[in-house]
Amino acid sequence: MANPASVEGLTPAVPDPVGAAGAAVSGRRGRYSLLRRQDKLVLALMVGIPLFFDLALIWGPTIASVFLSFTDWDGIGGITGKNFIGTANYQYLITGYPFFWPAVEHNLIWLAFLMFIATPVGMFMAVLLDRELRGTRFYQTVFYVPVVLSLAVIGIIWTLQYAPEQGFINNVLGRTANDNLIDWYGDPSLNLWAALVATSWRHVGYIMVLYLAGLKSVDPALREAAKVDGATETQTFVRVVFPVMAPINVVIVVVTTIEALRAFDIAYIINGGKNGLELLSTLITNNSVSESNRVGFGSSIAVILLLISLGPIVLFLSRTMREDRR
Amino acid sequence: MADPVTPRPALQPAIGSRTVTRRQILGGIAGVAGLAAAPSLIAACSTPAASSAGTSAAPSAAASAAASAAASAGGTVTLGSNYSDPLPKGVLQKAVDKFTSQTGIQVKVNTVDHGTFQNQISSYLQGTPDDVWTWFSGFRMRFFAAQGLATDISDVWAKVSSHYGEAFKVGSTGDDGKQYFIPIYLYPWAVFYRKSLFAAKGYTIPKTFDELKTLAAKIQADGLVPFAFADKDGWPAMGTFDILNLRLNGYQFHVDLMAGKEKWTDPKIKTVFDTWKSILPFHQAGYAGRIWQDASTTLLQKKAAMYFHGMFTSQQFQAAGQADLDDLDFFPYPDFGTQYDAEKALDAPIDGFMLSKAPKNIDGAKAFLEYLAQPATQVDWVSQDRSNIAAVKDADTSGYNSLQKKAAEVIGAAQRITQFLDRDTNPNFAGPNGMQAFLLQFLKSPNDDIGALQKKIQDFWNTLG
Repeated sequence: MANPASVEGLTPAVPDPVGAAGAAVSGRRGRYSLLRRQDKLVLALMVGIPLFFDLALIWGPTIASVFLSFTDWDGIGGITGKNFIGTANYQYLITGYPFFWPAVEHNLIWLAFLMFIATPVGMFMAVLLDRELRGTRFYQTVFYVPVVLSLAVIGIIWTLQYAPEQGFINNVLGRTANDNLIDWYGDPSLNLWAALVATSWRHVGYIMVLYLAGLKSVDPALREAAKVDGATETQTFVRVVFPVMAPINVVIVVVTTIEALRAFDIAYIINGGKNGLELLSTLITNNSVSESNRVGFGSSIAVILLLISLGPIVLFLSRTMREDRR
Repeated sequence: MADPVTPRPALQPAIGSRTVTRRQILGGIAGVAGLAAAPSLIAACSTPAASSAGTSAAPSAAASAAASAAASAGGTVTLGSNYSDPLPKGVLQKAVDKFTSQTGIQVKVNTVDHGTFQNQISSYLQGTPDDVWTWFSGFRMRFFAAQGLATDISDVWAKVSSHYGEAFKVGSTGDDGKQYFIPIYLYPWAVFYRKSLFAAKGYTIPKTFDELKTLAAKIQADGLVPFAFADKDGWPAMGTFDILNLRLNGYQFHVDLMAGKEKWTDPKIKTVFDTWKSILPFHQAGYAGRIWQDASTTLLQKKAAMYFHGMFTSQQFQAAGQADLDDLDFFPYPDFGTQYDAEKALDAPIDGFMLSKAPKNIDGAKAFLEYLAQPATQVDWVSQDRSNIAAVKDADTSGYNSLQKKAAEVIGAAQRITQFLDRDTNPNFAGPNGMQAFLLQFLKSPNDDIGALQKKIQDFWNTLG
């Protein structure tokens, strides 16, 4: 276990969080002398403790991954100068590794499918349920149930649906004979879509609940005003409700993007992320967490995924912060 | 992974949060990015606490070879086990209990799920591993021995070597010529069939590959699937590659190929793929979405006539009942008319035990290994788990069932045995984003350019260094 220790040892020294927070507080003293010593201590702890965990649990591993991505470390023994191979991992990843570009493509398809099919379906259901149908609670629960299940369980449930001979779907379709069966999870041109249907089954309910909460918070006076002005249901939603929901819409987009980027469980449950189900996350796992690991190489894929993920994070943060300033 | 591996558990828990906060999103992404740094942490969390060798129970008076050797040991031995399926787990526990009653040495078994155990093995062995751990013969044994993560047990071997054939000693020896592994049992890969079905349809056991093809065509004409097949887990197809390569190109070529001394671009490999292609139309469709248990079931249900697989396929028959198990039989893969037929080489993976780098109770652990190498222990073991046969040559085989007797005979007749593709070569090469994927690609499009596939495989090998 010399590994994490040596990695952390190389992490650039971070400023003492408590000291930094204390400095920020004392900087304000000139203007506000209301803070007593006890207040300052409380403030320092309130800022310092989360900051410490943030650095230790999020930035620490992130920096360690970036660092490891320039090595060929196999997880055994310490890291020495010989392990540093510069950008060789990245060069191989982009030019030689046969599974990288398929994984990128699958992640993009995953994103597009969730964004343009599953998420709109979830939003549509939320709009329907918002209309106080009879039994709306019942429908909400039904659609939300898959969200409560872990993706691992969902993977197993859908494995039973998709099984070649015993599966529900092939039996309904009458395609269980050796010469006509549909190999949902095995055919590399089909299994990605089969997995996406399983994922969407859960994602739709998730988006539905998020969006429904947003819809409930829309001021009813706006709808009434639109109605008085003679707007139809569709016009009311498109012209009035949807723009008012802008903050929720951003959350939905970001959540969907992140769901797509961290897609892992179902592909891994189905077949370990191979044969048409390669995803960046499964490549990381298969390289880094396995017998005689390729930790360095796996880290370089993780860094690529991190870079891709930064896009939606920055979008989300800049959006949130702008709102905070208002 | 030549063993019956149940579906692997997901390593990453799903985050089923109702509302998503900024922090959770950051955490989720950094979690993925940080996954690379995680294996040691995961292992640290799951490594069972090694129990201290505190209590020294007095040795009982039981007389056995192991007991006398261990008379001075005492204490507690810890055992890291990947026997997570109920049947083998129970068999191991019984063996352990018997050892304790004979020697007074306690053995604390820490069982970890099979797939998890394998994925975390290098972190586990570098942390605070148990004294003894379950493992496999082959490259995967030599690899960890060469890394200094196993203890030399040549002294144990000096005591037990009379029980083992030469091949087993070679299979237990590291690159430095010392022994690191105690074989406990093994099982053959062969063509399984139901005697009653063959008798009813008038099929005869093929002696040559041509006869096998003729038989397959006949079976197909009868409306049955000639070969049951499943490759969802990626490793079962490796068995077919192994046997074709062994029989067409010989043991030495296969071993050198696995070690990287021969190239995957060799025309001999093309011959293997071409031969495989000639029998692919006789295979069960939908293989890439099927697990081996389901393929075994089609053989059990007489929908398929033959199944080339490891002997653990019999577990499905054992579960179905004694009559079905008695009806199961197998024959070794037929001859090709090459000079290598005489080798009768086959995959017969050996499972066993190793000693970790710094065992807390080395005397007790060695006594335990010596006990496991006794014919009586192994015979007792395989009398409960009938999909294996004892590794020792002087085992009393009178209690074997007909499958086990035949397995002993077939393995005995083989001049050369190999472990299995993913046990004989670099695990990185054999993994899901490696050879498993390449073989699936071949199976999906056997008519594509084989040369291009061979080059892809060799290029991948080259990058592993």
